[in-house]
Amino acid sequence: MNKLVVQNLAKRFDSRRVFKDISFELTSGESIAITGPNGSGKSTLVLCLLAQYHPNNGKVSYLYDEKKLSEIEIQQNSGLVSPYLNLYGQLTAEENIKFFTSIRGNNITGSEINNLLKKVGLEGRGNDNVAGYSSGMSQRLKYAVALASKPKFLFLDEPTSNLDDQGKEAIASIIEEVRQNTILIIATNEKEEYSLATHKCQLGN
Amino acid sequence: MPHTSASLATKCLTMLVKDLKLELRDKYALNAVLMFGITTLAVVSFSLGQRNLPPHLLGALFWVIMFFSAMSGLAHIFIREEESGTSLALRLAAPPDAVYIGKLLFNLILLSVLTVIITPLFFIFTNAPVSSAIDFIPILILGVLGLCSATTLIAAIIARAAVKGALFAVLSFPIIIPLLLTLVISTQKLFEGSGVGGVMTELQFLLAYMVVMIVGSLMLFKFVWTE
Repeated sequence: MNKLVVQNLAKRFDSRRVFKDISFELTSGESIAITGPNGSGKSTLVLCLLAQYHPNNGKVSYLYDEKKLSEIEIQQNSGLVSPYLNLYGQLTAEENIKFFTSIRGNNITGSEINNLLKKVGLEGRGNDNVAGYSSGMSQRLKYAVALASKPKFLFLDEPTSNLDDQGKEAIASIIEEVRQNTILIIATNEKEEYSLATHKCQLGN
Repeated sequence: MPHTSASLATKCLTMLVKDLKLELRDKYALNAVLMFGITTLAVVSFSLGQRNLPPHLLGALFWVIMFFSAMSGLAHIFIREEESGTSLALRLAAPPDAVYIGKLLFNLILLSVLTVIITPLFFIFTNAPVSSAIDFIPILILGVLGLCSATTLIAAIIARAAVKGALFAVLSFPIIIPLLLTLVISTQKLFEGSGVGGVMTELQFLLAYMVVMIVGSLMLFKFVWTE
């Protein structure tokens, strides 16, 4: 059983407070929607949870059967999809998936890559350079890259950003498929997206 | 956790292969170092004509060419990640040690290619004493390793900084000067006819410099690479 424990998290940039006293606890199968107006710190909180920002107060713990995960284990078992996350434009979609999976220390086969690309609606485009992708296709590929490592902690910041209706449907079915074994953190302002979550964290109060 | 665990060496290799693929597709760093190195050497050679330079100037000239050629391309390895916005994805997926070692190996390959091309041309164009060429190899190897170990960490620091150009000069100066001075002095001694035995102190310093830089960089890189 995986667990994400957040205790009294606070972050400020210089004298400006972004958020404070954020606490929640999630186990596998649970999800949380982080909502709030623009500039309320949704993405900053996601990056704090992923150890990309050091919080000014509080702590974040990743646990597996009550045992704390190491940094390497967190990297192996977490994935992020967000508009500010860029993949390598000079590499093909398949090369991006292979690279990000191998560098995490996980393995992936060619048929698994094809299945992932099919799932996100990029079948037949795996050998194209990502630089030639539209923003919606890039967003779909980010899901494929994140899911390739079978993450136990999946962070979705503006999950349907740049996606058409077909893409939104594909992502909704992917979320339903993975949510049983995953802790989902969704940062969004879209009602239909945060209604997917079992818990809610409102920022900007 | 049910995942398999790849060794650090495998991750470093994955990092290196990715950077080599990117470089072979845009050839930015390779073109930069080769263009700078060959152009500088050609200009010096035309200016010298048939005249021979004294050994102390030959040593300085060689390492100035190597240093500036290296600087023009090696820093690109981290700046590319920042400018293309891929550094976040990399930080989330890769352990800092694998990133540093992978990029150090990439810079090592790049500078080795430059060295293999520039060194024979330098001996031809400047009439440097060919008899000392074999003895020059250990200095060359340690010089390339020293330059790579120093510039890779500096490149990581400047890539994360807002004022890249100014910071690069300020950081490089105290780190690079001891290395370059030792390289110039040892090269001068070799060109004056002393064998490898005459530059043992310098070789020991270069070896120690490289070890200190790589170990220090491995310890510091994590703090440079994350917030």
